Amino acid sequence: MAISNDEVRAMAKLARLAIEPDDIPDYAEQLSAILAFVARMDETDTSAVEPLAHPLDLTARLRSDLVSEGNQRELFQSLAPEVERGLYLVPKVIE
Amino acid sequence: MTDSPPRSVARLAIGLARGDYSSVELTRHYLERIAARDPQLNSFITVCAEQALAQAAAADARRAAGRAGPLTGIPYANKDIFCTRGVRTSCASRMLDNFVAPYDATAVERLHEAGLVMLGKTNMDEFAMGSSNESSYYGPVANPWDLTRVPGGSSGGSAAAVAAGLAPIATGTDTGGSIRQPAAFCGVSGIKPTYGRVSRYGMIAFASSLDQGGPMGVSAEDLALLLNVMASFDPRDSTSIDRPDEDFTRLLAAPVAGLRIGLPHEYFDQHLDAGIRHCVEQAIKELAARGAVIRDIALPHVSLAIPAYYVIAPAECSSNLSRYDGARFGYRCTDPIDLNDLYCRSRGEGFGAEVKRRILIGTYVLSSGYYDAYYRKAQQIRRMISDDFRCAFENVDVIVGPTTPTVAYHTGAHNKEPVTMYLGDIYTTAANLAGLPSMSIPAGFVDGLPIGLQLTANHFDEARLLGLAHRYQCESDWHLRTPPGFN
Repeated sequence: MAISNDEVRAMAKLARLAIEPDDIPDYAEQLSAILAFVARMDETDTSAVEPLAHPLDLTARLRSDLVSEGNQRELFQSLAPEVERGLYLVPKVIE
Repeated sequence: MTDSPPRSVARLAIGLARGDYSSVELTRHYLERIAARDPQLNSFITVCAEQALAQAAAADARRAAGRAGPLTGIPYANKDIFCTRGVRTSCASRMLDNFVAPYDATAVERLHEAGLVMLGKTNMDEFAMGSSNESSYYGPVANPWDLTRVPGGSSGGSAAAVAAGLAPIATGTDTGGSIRQPAAFCGVSGIKPTYGRVSRYGMIAFASSLDQGGPMGVSAEDLALLLNVMASFDPRDSTSIDRPDEDFTRLLAAPVAGLRIGLPHEYFDQHLDAGIRHCVEQAIKELAARGAVIRDIALPHVSLAIPAYYVIAPAECSSNLSRYDGARFGYRCTDPIDLNDLYCRSRGEGFGAEVKRRILIGTYVLSSGYYDAYYRKAQQIRRMISDDFRCAFENVDVIVGPTTPTVAYHTGAHNKEPVTMYLGDIYTTAANLAGLPSMSIPAGFVDGLPIGLQLTANHFDEARLLGLAHRYQCESDWHLRTPPGFN
């Protein structure tokens, strides 16, 4: 299964990942090699097998919907690239 | 301290309890050794000298007050994937180069409550993605046994630091072999516990259904002691296993006689280096001589572990790493023209090549039209592999084989061919897919480089695994050898 340069660009767009145009052929080649390798799975018939999502076959534990932690906005926002009046700043989205 | 302290944590703890040295003296010894020797290795990203000495002083005070626990005052190193409050937690990525964690991971919290002293944060592959520690934003780590070779990965810094005596013990994480493979390459011991044993809260996520933290140290006994502290049920991790705490040292004295050991012929295939095969067969003979019952077993689908792993792990990685958006924390590009540009360039510039490769593969296998062919297929293979182990453990207690097909390779050897490097995980990924406890211990040398013996047990059977490894180490000294330049 070969991946084309266009498919690399499409995946990069979906993943919100800027990629240098010069690097795209390398990615296409490497990703194709990885997919060719994982295609070995196709040699095994799995039609009757239930997928395993959790290694111990458990589902996630639930808890009561109660407040468990206090507000730490100042602490968390101290890590942000840009904040103002308690808000995270990003470039303008609406004119 | 005038003399070098003993290498093992078990002995260091005796010395501390006896008053042979204080935790401050011990901590100073390791900090000095790191300052003197780590420039050759690059095994630490951050050294916390001041904080460590303060923790050590507190540990000494606690001992003086009669409140010391078994490991109070023991220095250790944390893989830089565990969040540590007030200390940069970079995950070896430019993305988190400026990230000072606002809280401690549960495992770290437990280590510090027990009075252990954090020397620093160890180098690793970026976001734990790699098998050679070459993808770190902070540069590669050298293998103490041969500085031109890789220490393995992703927990390469922890393995190198322990091997070189820069820390007596360290934490690691293992998603596809990231504790066991570097342990094998550096001649140290390491255990990946059962999935869910050690809380993943505050352990930066790579592939959530596979990630598991664990200790890396000199001996199985040391690992058992540290695992006693690290492992616990944690309500803050929804995949934490709700079982009572147990004493992982309880089977250290258990006899080898009668233990049923399975040898999967799939692990002794054409990929295995002849020298490693010889060492592993020798170790098995020694276990048989002590009364272990050796049985041939089959794991028919285990050869599909790497293909399935390299679908599941990138899929989960692409989802987990979507949180790094340049908006709330971490790296942000300069002068974004709009929000999309901010996302794309912050991620494009913040992540390295291997991380980007895995995000792209993960995005591809999860994208519309391909989900069934790749992700669902891989999860079906995952069940077949898990069933193989379930059948095997009906007849044996422990599965034994090599940890890696080769010894540590030269830095740069696999840079251009990711798939070749992925094949190095051939014996380790299956345990992650099946969630089984698995460990690597030193079992010999090939051309002067250490090799690892891999022991895997059924879910929750870590104590038995550690017991067998300890019995082996009582009769061998491979784990006590030190790299010639780092005596």
